[in-house]
Amino acid sequence: MYELRDLGYLYDGVRVLKLAAVDFVGGELVALVGPNGAGKSTLLGVMAGLRPDYEGACRLEGRELRRWRRRELARMVSFVPQSLRLEFPFTAEQVVLMGRTPYCDGLFEGPEDHAAVERAMELTDTLQFRHRDFRALSGGERQRVVLASALAQQPRVLLLDEPAAFLDVKHQIRLHRLLCELCRRGLLVVAATHDLNLAAAYADRVIVLDRGSVAADAPPGRALAPDILRSVFEVDVYLAADPQGRPWIRYET
Amino acid sequence: MRPDRKAPVRLARLVAAGLLLALIAAAVLPLVGSARIDYARAFAGLSPDKEILFQARLPRVLLGLLVGGALAVAGVLFQALVRDALADPYVLGVAGGASVGAVLAICFGWSRWAGFSAITVSAWAGAAVVLLLVVAIASRGNRMSSFTLLLAGITLNSICAAVLLLLHNLADFGQSFVVLRWLMGSLEPVGYPTLAWLAAVIGAAVLVAFRRAREWNLLAVGEEWAMARGVSPGRSLLVGFLTGSLITAAVTALAGPIAFVGLIVPHALRLRIGADHRLLLPAAFFAGGVFLALCDTVARVALAPAEIPVGVITALLGGPFFIWLLGSRRRSLWL
Repeated sequence: MYELRDLGYLYDGVRVLKLAAVDFVGGELVALVGPNGAGKSTLLGVMAGLRPDYEGACRLEGRELRRWRRRELARMVSFVPQSLRLEFPFTAEQVVLMGRTPYCDGLFEGPEDHAAVERAMELTDTLQFRHRDFRALSGGERQRVVLASALAQQPRVLLLDEPAAFLDVKHQIRLHRLLCELCRRGLLVVAATHDLNLAAAYADRVIVLDRGSVAADAPPGRALAPDILRSVFEVDVYLAADPQGRPWIRYET
Repeated sequence: MRPDRKAPVRLARLVAAGLLLALIAAAVLPLVGSARIDYARAFAGLSPDKEILFQARLPRVLLGLLVGGALAVAGVLFQALVRDALADPYVLGVAGGASVGAVLAICFGWSRWAGFSAITVSAWAGAAVVLLLVVAIASRGNRMSSFTLLLAGITLNSICAAVLLLLHNLADFGQSFVVLRWLMGSLEPVGYPTLAWLAAVIGAAVLVAFRRAREWNLLAVGEEWAMARGVSPGRSLLVGFLTGSLITAAVTALAGPIAFVGLIVPHALRLRIGADHRLLLPAAFFAGGVFLALCDTVARVALAPAEIPVGVITALLGGPFFIWLLGSRRRSLWL
């Protein structure tokens, strides 16, 4: 789906991203890890079409990202930001309904839009507070509503920035099962995360970013090797394996 | 709260209720005043009822409905564009430009140009100059953002305020009184042709704003949020700014800067019907109109035969409401 070649991004003249060659295909669950400022959010922003002023090539389905029409892109790719604060009293359902914008021409949404919203809210366990003011929800509840809004876009690519940051354990597991399920249906899912164990447990592929470049791009067992983590995160780790052979990381304190 | 599936039904109900309220206001408010009049005598063409109704009170009530509605719509729009519930129609500079234009006309003693009030024309010109400057400043560098728009608007507002002070300082005593009255904002009876073009301008602008209500919803959440859902925030911001500024300039040129309507009406309505602009914009148009027509009636009769500028009444009613809102806003931060 995606082909990234010599992709760079500059913030005030500072190059925060420089990737030689990275590809993504449908059906993959990719975890993006790296220390603060490694370029995870910037990469997601470029891939979501929110930062069209990138350097190099970022092609989606063979077409350069900035040549996509916004509306078409919004039907293809959806993005879940780190957090969302609202100034105005939109209800949770109204926030999710906004995900239908790329499909709506009239003033109001049609029955199929409401069906998509209903499904997205069911998948994210948010139906019970659909009529509540978004601002009155807890951090984790808000995050699930924002995810529902992204799902209502019925995308083929789902990009998430720290989707599990405010979630309780139950909803973290639910989220990751949901992401795995979406991948099985052929979606490309790319999630930036700080939780290396969740990345290890659920991702098919882990990309470790360090100061804007790829330090490792491999299945979790290899990408999260102690020597890589030591050089990138400057921490010592103890690596074990769970009964399924998935790596399990403990930080040395 | 009702499910959103009913939004079209709620819209129909809101518009029906709004139209009804506006009609009642247009029918009842002209009867209020120091001179008693009745409709039978006025429609029979008897003086002075006919003149008082058709030349003084009715056009003024209609003007109040239009101006109030326009200000509330511009307020809703600008609050969404700059994502600040404390924004009002005057925050983005255009009314400041209109005021400078009007005060220039007063200070130089221009009275009529080609059959139009020089104050109105000059106010329009001032608004247009500021509008162009704000667009030029806000879209410098890359594209226009809420932040650059707000910054450019506030800056030009301050410059206009300084120019107003300077002009006021240079004006003689008589002019100074006129300037002050103008800056307080007031509704004067106007001719029906004026009402007609004002209604046309405001009607067209409100329709443009209403048709793009979905974009204001997205922008009210955030620019990236809008972009990720297929809307170009730069273009939407520009259209919204031009539409809201046209509305604001049209009414400010006629009535001066009337305070608080564009700030409190949107707030009061959001508390009742939520933030969806597809409902909020039409509701604001009717509620703002009725609110201002009511305030203007109070301004006419409270100290009769003296008149209070309506801007004083809206602020006296709106100020306390606003303080209460600030209080509830602070409380909500503790939740």
